[in-house]
Amino acid sequence: MDGFVQLFSDYNIPAAFLVNIELTLWSALFSTVLGVILVMMRISPITSLHKVAGIYVEFFKNMPLTIIMVFMVLGAYAQLKLSFSDTFATNFFWLAVTGLSLYTAAFVCESLRSGINTVPLGQAEAARALGLNFWQAATQIILPQAVRGSVAPLGNTFIALLKNSTVAAAASVATETSSLMSEMIEYHADLIVPIFLIFAFGYVILIIPIGMLTTYLSNRLAVRR
Amino acid sequence: MANAPGESAVLFDQPGPKSRRIIRIVNWSAAIVFAIALVLVLLRLYNPPDGENQLSWELWKPALDGEAWSDFYLPGLWMTLRATILAVIGSVVFGLAFGIGRLLPNVVIRSIAGVIVEFCRAVPVLMFMIFFWRFFAFLGVEGEAYWAVVVSLVLYNGSVVAELVRSGVGNLPNGQREASLALGLTHTQSLMEIEVPQAVFAMLPAAVTQLVVVLKDTALGSIIMYTDLLQESRRLGSMYFNILQTLAVAAVVYFVFCWLLSRLAEWLPKRMQQRTAAAVEHETVAPIAIMDPSNVNQIAVAHEMKQRPYGGAPRRYHVHHRGSNASIREWRRTRYMQGYDETHPESQRDFQKEKEAWPFFKDNGKDKPRNGDSGSTHNQ
Repeated sequence: MDGFVQLFSDYNIPAAFLVNIELTLWSALFSTVLGVILVMMRISPITSLHKVAGIYVEFFKNMPLTIIMVFMVLGAYAQLKLSFSDTFATNFFWLAVTGLSLYTAAFVCESLRSGINTVPLGQAEAARALGLNFWQAATQIILPQAVRGSVAPLGNTFIALLKNSTVAAAASVATETSSLMSEMIEYHADLIVPIFLIFAFGYVILIIPIGMLTTYLSNRLAVRR
Repeated sequence: MANAPGESAVLFDQPGPKSRRIIRIVNWSAAIVFAIALVLVLLRLYNPPDGENQLSWELWKPALDGEAWSDFYLPGLWMTLRATILAVIGSVVFGLAFGIGRLLPNVVIRSIAGVIVEFCRAVPVLMFMIFFWRFFAFLGVEGEAYWAVVVSLVLYNGSVVAELVRSGVGNLPNGQREASLALGLTHTQSLMEIEVPQAVFAMLPAAVTQLVVVLKDTALGSIIMYTDLLQESRRLGSMYFNILQTLAVAAVVYFVFCWLLSRLAEWLPKRMQQRTAAAVEHETVAPIAIMDPSNVNQIAVAHEMKQRPYGGAPRRYHVHHRGSNASIREWRRTRYMQGYDETHPESQRDFQKEKEAWPFFKDNGKDKPRNGDSGSTHNQ
């Protein structure tokens, strides 16, 4: 028990979780922006736009996140000299955010697209019959309902993003949870199970409220038909 | 528009001559912008700020020649596939055991299975991998990285499959269970002999989608020094200083395998529908977290119109209880609470509304006159 308490004073575990939360929040922001652009391209009637968005989504959906993270560090940074900052830690953090955002944007795009699927065709037909033009129908009738329908898959995507933020270890972010756990196990091999349980329950505690909030919001905001 | 008829039909009218011209102009200008972007990327690769030409054959040749394939990629690919196959078999076994465990009448088994499944779904796979890697090394297991990859993938994907089994059973029509109970089977027998076999077919497309996740997640093994395809391509890249090229080759190999599996998952639903009374999920959403919020029911409601070819009144009760959500037993009850009985379609009728539409059906004097009809003319 002593060793268990000692772990908390020796290592700053909450700070490691904070790094993961930061990674998640920044990536959520950027991937939402990129995902919205992608879904707009994907549903547009313009062939070249929706082909490019389709290729993007298909590419990132079928690509391991680890290879993207490794590419960000060994390819984009080491070979192509793309860097965000001269400080190593900051640079790797933003490279990881870039990788996570590019990857998650494909899933955000798919979530929003499935939100549009929850709007019955009759809504659009009724809007046209009332004489609304494309812009009015889209902004006042279809998109408000589509956003409500996409709450659930978006929540799922962001839960996956929080779990995926541990893969930042592959992008040399040394302060996040999986790297800290690895380091702690190395020095305290006798406490391997308690160390794992600390981190595992950390994630359980983070993820269960997000899941419950998403379910609540999704039911609350759902359009009753 | 070819691959997204649904969304386009909701959002866009058939374009007229004027908008068709605008679409054509925007289409070509967008294509030119993308082409320019592609050329800029290639130029950057050809002439990076300080580094060598990334497109030169000296860098690509060692990443593509026979030696690279026979000594690095193919052994790596074999390691990746080996872990994938074992993890898939393991997660199906784990998923069936715990999925059925969560449905059994026994409260103790049900709650233990529930806690384990929810725990395994919430913890990131990489955490599991690092833990088991060190743990197996500590126990002195041979090939600790391989077993760490397999066990972690089994725990996570197995718990996802468990949820798929559970939702598959929950999506079956009530009649299946009622008929088997009426025939004298016990709850457990009905579950094992009638419900789960059908649930397995309903969940198969979603499970194949999960295969893609297993294949993708084996790449996490490279973080714990498992010599999979990614790790081998990194080793080759550090030998010839052409990591960009070797990573590109590995990425193409991963993509091809995942893409083929994705196509299989898209092709399966049609096949599987014949073998089960439940609705096979077409757009599969992996239940990745607790309560797994999903909008499959909302999508099903939106597509109800296709089942009513001549239109007709919108349904009063949308009987879609799909997806794996927290309490399937509750869904069974809500059907009765809502008052809709699938065996009697006439219960879709809204008698209250019909009464309002046809005043003759009004009970004499019992209903208060509404604001609209000012009076007692036909009440007397």
